[in-house]
Amino acid sequence: MILIVTFLVIAMLAAAISAYFFKDLLSAVIASCMVSLIAAVLFFFLHAPDVAMAEASIGAALVTAVFVIAIRRTERYEK
Amino acid sequence: MRKIIGIILLIIIAWGIGTSLQEIPFGISRAKLADHYIHNGKEETGAANIVTSVVVSYRSLDTLGEVTVLFLAAIGLGAVLAALKQKSVKESEKASLILSTGCRLLFPLILLFGAYIFIHGHLTPGGGFQGGAIVASAFVLMYLGCHKEKKINETGSILSESLGGLAFIVIGLIGLAIGTGYFLNNFLPKGEFNTLLSAGIIPIIYIAIGFKVGAELSKIIDLLMEES
Repeated sequence: MILIVTFLVIAMLAAAISAYFFKDLLSAVIASCMVSLIAAVLFFFLHAPDVAMAEASIGAALVTAVFVIAIRRTERYEK
Repeated sequence: MRKIIGIILLIIIAWGIGTSLQEIPFGISRAKLADHYIHNGKEETGAANIVTSVVVSYRSLDTLGEVTVLFLAAIGLGAVLAALKQKSVKESEKASLILSTGCRLLFPLILLFGAYIFIHGHLTPGGGFQGGAIVASAFVLMYLGCHKEKKINETGSILSESLGGLAFIVIGLIGLAIGTGYFLNNFLPKGEFNTLLSAGIIPIIYIAIGFKVGAELSKIIDLLMEES
């Protein structure tokens, strides 16, 4: 159990750091979506399924969609 | 010079946080109110999900405020985007047959799942906000997959949004008029514990919130997609 949580936290940190360094904004958005998704799994492990559900549906789905729409309207690559 | 002052300030802040964290006894329950909710929530509200009993029964006025904040945010976004209205410049290619068919197949299933989440809000984890967000994510899938072929019915969206908010407040006012008389009083019979028709007004309020949040969030996505 503790191994799974450690792995998830390391993956979450890696996704968060790579979201900062990606020049391709679409990849950065997908990486931040991954942070939300792993946070939802961690909330579930902490016995908070209500929060996990809100995090997965809002943080991972809707916020990502809004960012993708914003990228469509502006530019994909950071200068 | 400024850096030295900054470092000194940081050390002072770290010391303050450290000493105040040492005073807190972790792992010991000191919140009497939380204990009350955990031990008496089931009898007092009739909801099997304790989180729901807090969100929609003990703290339902806060939930009304939350719904109002979301409503104002949606109105503000609509006003800003309506002022910036312009024709789309980019011509996007049509989605492939597999993608659009998959979207059409998944769309009703996701809608059904969202409806299940907010109808069973008092029994299983989840509730109006989560269910509404899942309903909106179904519309996101539809918009991203089958681009500009299908649109949400604007009258239906505005109608369900307004009726959801209205139902919440009307139920609260009925509670004020009947019985012991306070706003959002749970005046309906509690029913049999852990069944669908139980917990009085909680499932009705959660269904109203689910419709309202789902309509609002899909309206926001619709407005943003219209612009791009």
